[in-house]
Amino acid sequence: MTDKYDNIPEGGVRLEMRGLGKRYGAREVLRRAQLSIEPGEFIAIVGRSGCGKSTLLRLVAGLEDASEGAVAVDGRPVHGLHGDTRVMFQDARLLPWRRVLDNVTLGLPPQQRARALEVLAQVGLADRAQEWPARLSGGQRQRVALARALVHQPRLLLLDEPLGALDALTRIEMHRLIEGLWQQRRFTALLVTHDVQEAVALADRVVLIEDGRIALDERIALARPRSQGDARFAAIEKRILDRVLQKPAEEAGDTGWLGQPALALRWAI
Amino acid sequence: MTQAIRELDTSAAAAAIAVPQEPGALAGLAAFAAGVGRRLVPWLVPLALVAAWQAASSLGWLSTRVLPAPSAVVRAAWELTASGELWTHVKVSAGRALAGLAIGGGLGLLLGLLTGSLRWAETLLDSTVQMVRNIPALALIPLVILWFGIDESAKLFLISVSVFFPIYLNTFHGIRSVDPALVEMGRTYGLTRWQLQRDIILPGALSSILVGLRFSLGLMWVILIVAETISAQSGIGYLTMNAREFLQTDIVLVGILLYALLGKLADVFARALEHWWLRWHPGYRQA
Repeated sequence: MTDKYDNIPEGGVRLEMRGLGKRYGAREVLRRAQLSIEPGEFIAIVGRSGCGKSTLLRLVAGLEDASEGAVAVDGRPVHGLHGDTRVMFQDARLLPWRRVLDNVTLGLPPQQRARALEVLAQVGLADRAQEWPARLSGGQRQRVALARALVHQPRLLLLDEPLGALDALTRIEMHRLIEGLWQQRRFTALLVTHDVQEAVALADRVVLIEDGRIALDERIALARPRSQGDARFAAIEKRILDRVLQKPAEEAGDTGWLGQPALALRWAI
Repeated sequence: MTQAIRELDTSAAAAAIAVPQEPGALAGLAAFAAGVGRRLVPWLVPLALVAAWQAASSLGWLSTRVLPAPSAVVRAAWELTASGELWTHVKVSAGRALAGLAIGGGLGLLLGLLTGSLRWAETLLDSTVQMVRNIPALALIPLVILWFGIDESAKLFLISVSVFFPIYLNTFHGIRSVDPALVEMGRTYGLTRWQLQRDIILPGALSSILVGLRFSLGLMWVILIVAETISAQSGIGYLTMNAREFLQTDIVLVGILLYALLGKLADVFARALEHWWLRWHPGYRQA
């Protein structure tokens, strides 16, 4: 068991989606998605709610089976869950009956406890190790969830809108934390978010999904760490946001009153 | 009444004015007295009732055949304790109750875990259990006597059957209400089926299982009392039925109070379990 954690292959995985599609009954959620991600790359997937971006992430995670096409990790097609991948969910999904440290050691062999404490210190929560999750703030819970994912030394980290429920200040803090740990460990990261600013702040490439199709794949050539006040940052953010807004949300859940531009903006903020 | 309160108020105010040099000590004393008063007040009525009962017996208004004096009950309890008889019977009764709980509750827990976790097991077994559940355990007594006679196994069977259902139902319900998001998380973290059961499903269902346990504990004593009253050669039920033959109402009362005490103890124990096992739960945390 120990070997598994001592001899981790370095860096991230190469991830490919080959004509990936998903249907629920007659409804096609994802259509022939084609995407290739280099080892150690940070990809952000943006799009309106219900556009299929979360489905894409669940297919990559192996939580659901594709209706067509395949996901390949390091050139080999994968089916179901695989050990190199860890997922960080929108809600932290901590086990409320385990203390913080015991949440981080979930699924780890007992001799790895010291390392769990180390990772907990990296996310700045070493002093809360013996606390119950119910006593933590939303941001702290997500930091524990991040530590729990990273302690397994994943080569592919999937982030499913993990910061969606946090306040603006905590989000910026979390951006720095995630970026720092990613630069240090060089795993491949796939972030699903509805926040264009977050995508531009973190990602090497921003991919836009629209009606189940990949509509845009843009490389963000800004030096890190990125400052949100920067003029080039703002320009890129505006261009992508305009592109997202271009198409009216005809298939979004609550149609009817979305024709008015001011209301159409609600979901994007 | 209002008048009295007003008078109390003014006298307290007068006292406060009279001793202005140490208001802190006075206020502290008053608060202490009020605290003691609040604790004593709920006991006033029970104490008055016992005193009235004792008086009625002493004055001969109440025949000892109907109800013995409280002092007689205390004396009987003391004599039974001193002779060791009481302890023997309590041990036998508690042993029966706990053995029945272990068998019936254990089976209920196992079956609940099975039908809660596996769809095919639910389809196969749940409706049968629900049908059998509608038969009151006490209605089985004639049949049980035919099957097992009137010895220990009959009592064990009755207790087991009655504690089985609350634990089964609550275990099943508890497992079904475990957050599926947590189970999904566990799967992505590579937990085995066994680890999922141990670390996520069972702890998630625990608050519900403990509710089942508390129901079962209540039923356990009721069925035990009925079973021991029908026939027994030892135990609290035997003690009381034997005493009835000799018109020893004081011992009958000791037996009744013992049942009440054991029931209360079981409930206190179950609540202690809740406080310990669910200490992570904001709803069970002590203030």
